[in-house]
Amino acid sequence: MSVMKRVSMIFRAKANKALDRMEDPRETLDYSYQTQLELLQKVRRGVADVATSRKRVELQMNQLEQSSNKLDKQARDALSAGREDLAREALSRKSGVQSQLADLQTQYTSLQGEEEKLTSASQRLDAKVQAFRTKKETIKATYTAAEAQTRITEAFTGISEEMGDVGLAIQRAEDKTEQMKARAGALDELMASGALDDVVSGPHDDIQAELDRMGASHDVDSELARMKAEIGQGSAPRQLEGSAGADGHAAPAPAQAAQPAEAGDPE
Amino acid sequence: MIVRILGEGQLEVDDSAMSELNALDQELEAAIRRNDEAAFGAARDTLLARVRALGRPVQADKLAPSALILPQEDATMTDVRKLLSDEGLIPG
Repeated sequence: MSVMKRVSMIFRAKANKALDRMEDPRETLDYSYQTQLELLQKVRRGVADVATSRKRVELQMNQLEQSSNKLDKQARDALSAGREDLAREALSRKSGVQSQLADLQTQYTSLQGEEEKLTSASQRLDAKVQAFRTKKETIKATYTAAEAQTRITEAFTGISEEMGDVGLAIQRAEDKTEQMKARAGALDELMASGALDDVVSGPHDDIQAELDRMGASHDVDSELARMKAEIGQGSAPRQLEGSAGADGHAAPAPAQAAQPAEAGDPE
Repeated sequence: MIVRILGEGQLEVDDSAMSELNALDQELEAAIRRNDEAAFGAARDTLLARVRALGRPVQADKLAPSALILPQEDATMTDVRKLLSDEGLIPG
């Protein structure tokens, strides 16, 4: 038999089973309405949970973005100072950060999708629950218990299907946020360990120390180069003895894989 | 008739579209029987796209069961098997 027909029969069978358990049809209405309100609360909590998870991912993305920028700047500083080895170290760490970022972006999009789905599920259920409440009051006021039975069945089956659908959506969202929480926790630990950190605050601050130490003399070199360029000696860096290797490599720096580590190290 | 796409809500689809939807549904079922996840995904996407294109959203406050229920857009074969095999999996 058709898949879509079978699924609908399974939903309906579940509603019928619940109906059969009720002795007084009017009682069914109130009990069901109570369950609906609870589910509505649950789906709203679900939306909030997904949003929390999404914000956590967003926060981690911001942190990694900062790390990436810092590492990039450090790579540039290192290159200007003629230390391609340090630049390579910073860039390789940056590439690790970038791949974590890409991963987070995927998670973020997925959570965003889940949040939107749950939000609209919550709106749909809300509309149905309100419709059910109106119908419930009409049925109770207008019909005898015997007459009410068919009307109740109709309303109940309709809302029961919606509840089943929303319930499944909540489960899916919960599964996803659980996975995200686990991954976010792992990433927090990774960040705390300094493995993805910039070289300043991480355990490898020797790199930055070295850069700082060289900074002063390098500033003079680059100032000289700039002045020479201003005075009209053309491409000043090439005429600077000592820093020639470094400045010569400054332009192709982003394509770090193209050069072996030792090639540009003048020291 | 009313068709539900899980996770999206109910749509009113003309009865005249039924033979087309049934044919797509058979592809879906055949893919599940062959355990062919790629074919299943393609059949699911086509089926959902056709229902979305042919259907008009059911009024939000209408309380009526659906004649047909389709799996959610990212459903795997495993999801559908669970849905079909164990009604206890539907919460609420």
